[in-house]
Amino acid sequence: MKPVFMTYTKKDIINFIVLMVLGFLIIPNVVTNNYWFTSILIPWLCLALASVGQQIVMGYAGQLALGAAGFMAAGAFACFNLILRVPDLPFFGALTLSGLVAAAFGILFGLPSLRVRGIYLMVATLASQFFIVWMIDKFGWFKNYDSSGIITAQNIIIMGKPYTSPVSMYLVVAFVVTILTLLAMNMVRGSSGRNWMAVRDMDIAAESMGVSLLKSKLEAFAISAFYCGVAGALFAFTYLKSLEPVAFDIKLSFKILFMVILGGLGTINGAFIGAGFILLFPVLLNFIGNNVFHGTIDATIISSIEQIVFGVLMIVFMIYEPLGMAKLWETIKIKISSKFKK
Amino acid sequence: MEVLVGGLLSGTMYSLVALGFVLIYKASSTFNFAQGAMVFFAVLGFVGLMEFGIPFSVAFFLTIIVMIFVGLATERFVLRPLMNQSEDTLLMATIGLGFVLEGLAQAVWGVEVRRLDLGIKDSPIPWIADNLKLFISALDLTAGLVAAVMIVGLTLLFKYTKIGLGLRAVADDAGAASSIGIPLKHIMLLVWSAAGVVALVAGMMWGARAGVQFALIDLALKALPVLIIGGFSSIPGAIIGGLIIGAVEKVLEVYIGPFFGGAIEGWAPYVLAIFFLLYRPEGLFGEKIIRRV
Repeated sequence: MKPVFMTYTKKDIINFIVLMVLGFLIIPNVVTNNYWFTSILIPWLCLALASVGQQIVMGYAGQLALGAAGFMAAGAFACFNLILRVPDLPFFGALTLSGLVAAAFGILFGLPSLRVRGIYLMVATLASQFFIVWMIDKFGWFKNYDSSGIITAQNIIIMGKPYTSPVSMYLVVAFVVTILTLLAMNMVRGSSGRNWMAVRDMDIAAESMGVSLLKSKLEAFAISAFYCGVAGALFAFTYLKSLEPVAFDIKLSFKILFMVILGGLGTINGAFIGAGFILLFPVLLNFIGNNVFHGTIDATIISSIEQIVFGVLMIVFMIYEPLGMAKLWETIKIKISSKFKK
Repeated sequence: MEVLVGGLLSGTMYSLVALGFVLIYKASSTFNFAQGAMVFFAVLGFVGLMEFGIPFSVAFFLTIIVMIFVGLATERFVLRPLMNQSEDTLLMATIGLGFVLEGLAQAVWGVEVRRLDLGIKDSPIPWIADNLKLFISALDLTAGLVAAVMIVGLTLLFKYTKIGLGLRAVADDAGAASSIGIPLKHIMLLVWSAAGVVALVAGMMWGARAGVQFALIDLALKALPVLIIGGFSSIPGAIIGGLIIGAVEKVLEVYIGPFFGGAIEGWAPYVLAIFFLLYRPEGLFGEKIIRRV
């Protein structure tokens, strides 16, 4: 297909317009149940954004990092402190700056990636996870000397108007996620993205072809952390509505890792599919537990079933479809369309 | 001094967990992320059996059989289909395996914290306390001794037996090893079972100290910096790494921790590991990694 705008084909643009109409016009007007906004759509978009960050560093640049939740915590608390301490800072300004704070941490903890790879790097990024959460927990300044440990997030105020209803918060999140996703899609198609993929496929070969490992690896870490930071701030301000370091523990990092792997490494839409699956599956399981078995199944059993299913899926995908659900979706689409052509 | 000795001895506990990682890494150059879950799975099964009134030795034996089955299933359903895949792929698959084991253990035995009484007290031994003025916990000392025995045993196994030779051949090049007739399947099974047994022992030591609970899995993550320092493929490395981490962690916590409000144990090992990585990426006893295009 011929590209009509930049490198995008007509189909891409139609898809984009359909998604935008769906996201910004249809959903806010059709969905009236607040549960959908507060418990599904908002966390889905926030976690998908974090997964896009993880996708950049892991799926594109091939660096096995496991500290997404740490960067999310950095972003969330940076946003809280910026709004608290800087008067008249617009919300989007605070959001951008908190992303930059997270990016600074990303560069710092991305430094080991210049020396090590694979599991070694994973351990190094675990340091960021534990260190950031510990730092926020131990120094009262970050929490504004709140002794209860749980701080209520400020209301989102844009241009003097408060955005506190579920629908309006959803729109804010959707807006940010759209912009950042578009940027990410362009980045991975552009020279940075190509460099990342070259590094991922064989870093020594990439280096000998003139790709600067230093630049592209640190760039990937910084941008990934930026995305995670913004996602963390949105997550805290629109979904949790409170800030506590415990919310950003290693479990969240693992969840984001799962989203990226199950969704499909090296695809942006995989981040969204994976986040949707990881988020919705427990909801579905609880629903079945409550409505089919009428609560006769213990909640711990349900959560262990959830774990087993995630684990099994992870192994199954590694064996049969290492490119994840995004690739599975493509394959199904091709199969269906070829059936119709016959 | 006392802090140092205490740290060194509690370091052997990390070493025990790390040992399981090293075993599997040595034989298949796979990093088994599920080792922590195996520790949890094994000891939870063990305690669960004991609660049915099954005597210690029988429960121990039964758990070993269960762990061998876990090894068997892992070889058949995870490793065999993923043969010749990249290390990162295998690593991700073992993360999945870890989740399966955690979920299974929880589904069968529930989530409450269980106590495990090995008959060894986690309190200072009076004789040493009186004579050497050192407070050393009996449990720590036992863990140290158990670790020592296992290390000697495993080192001998790797160095001097035919199985050990086969193991090393497989680790070097699985394809070449199988083409000259080394039974890959049996070797893998053996290694995973051995790792299961090591996991059980490590779990028993940890369980006796902190109770058999979910947090054991997080503890297992601390074995990672141990491995980084000691090198992934070295059995003595696991021990030395554990000792270093244990000692440094305790010393830092006692002397520097108070300035930062404590609890730096949580991340100090990882930061230490990073500095080690910058200086010696292959660890103290690891083999140098040479990568080619």
